[in-house]
Amino acid sequence: MDDKLIIAGIEFKSRLWVGTGKYKDFEETKKAVEASGADVVTVAVRRVNITDKSKENLLDYIDPKKYKILPNTAGCYTAEDAIRTARLARAAGVSDMVKLEVIGDEKTLFPDNEALLEAAKVLVKEGFIVFPYTNDDPIMAKKLQDIGCAAVMPLAAPIGSGLGIRNPYNLKIILETIKIPVVVDAGVGTASDAAIAMELGCDAVLMNTGIAGAKDPLKMAEAMRYAILAGRLAYKAGRMPMKLYASASSPLEGKIGG
Amino acid sequence: MQIVVNGEKKIINEKMSLAELIKELGIDAQRVAVELNRSIIDKADYPKTILKENDSLEIVSFIGGGEIGR
Repeated sequence: MDDKLIIAGIEFKSRLWVGTGKYKDFEETKKAVEASGADVVTVAVRRVNITDKSKENLLDYIDPKKYKILPNTAGCYTAEDAIRTARLARAAGVSDMVKLEVIGDEKTLFPDNEALLEAAKVLVKEGFIVFPYTNDDPIMAKKLQDIGCAAVMPLAAPIGSGLGIRNPYNLKIILETIKIPVVVDAGVGTASDAAIAMELGCDAVLMNTGIAGAKDPLKMAEAMRYAILAGRLAYKAGRMPMKLYASASSPLEGKIGG
Repeated sequence: MQIVVNGEKKIINEKMSLAELIKELGIDAQRVAVELNRSIIDKADYPKTILKENDSLEIVSFIGGGEIGR
C-alpha cells in the first residue's frame, strides 16, 4: 500500500512517533523504540552533567543515522526559553526539526498558545521545521499553519494522563480546517486510543508515557505499532455506516422449513 | 581564571580554547551544543574560541524526554 507520510519533504516510515522519557534506563528506551517500529524519536535538551563524566549519552543508544531525532522544548514556559532551547538543539547538529512546546501551567501542562505562536513565528523564519504542541483548537491550528509550521500536534488529553482521545470532534474539525498534517501528541493511554486517533484521519501519533508507563513497555510498544497500522488501514478502508437496527448478513433465501 | 559552566564555577588555564575545555571535560563535541555568553558557537569554531575570565557557558545535549513537559 502506497501510503507514505511526507512532511516538509521528509518521508516518515512510521506513523508512530515516540518519546524517550520515563524509561528505567537507555537500554529499555532503545528496546521500546525498536519494538514500536517508530522512526521519529523525540528527545529533550538539557545541560550536560560536567561532574559525572561517566554518564552515558542517549544518542549512543538511539542512533541519529537510524532514527529521525526530533528535539523538543519540553519544560519551557516562555517563548524566549523555547526559542533558545530550539536553537541549541539545532546547533547540536542532528536535526532542523523541533517539537515546540511552550507550557502554560505546571499542573495541566497545557500549552501557552500566545507564547507558542510567538515562538513558532521566530523559528519558522529561522528555517526550523516546526512541530508545535498545541490544544485541540482548530483556530489555533489554522494560525499555526498560516505562519508556516510543518504540522500541528494537538493534544488528545493532558500530557502523561493516559486519558485517551478526549475530544474526537475537535480533532475532526482540525483535520477539516487545515491542510498540513496533524500529529496527535499526548494523552494516548493504550492501543485503542492510538487506533481511534488514526481512524479519525490523523496523520501520526506521538506518545511517550502510553508506552513507558505500561507494566511491560516493550509489549505495549508493539501493541501501539499494530494499533497505528490498524487504525490507519481502517481509516483508508472507510468504515461501514452505523445503523440502529440489525441487518442480516446471511441471505434468507434457501432457509430450511420455509 | 574563573569561568562558569552550566551554572557551576570552574577554574581553567589562561587562553584555553573551547575545544580544549570540552576535551578536558570528557565530552564528545559531536553530541553537544554550546552557548557562550548566550551566543551559540558553531562546532567548527570551538578550536578558535578562546575563553576569557568570567565567561559563562551552557553545554547541552539530548536526554530522554518526550512529553515530560518539565
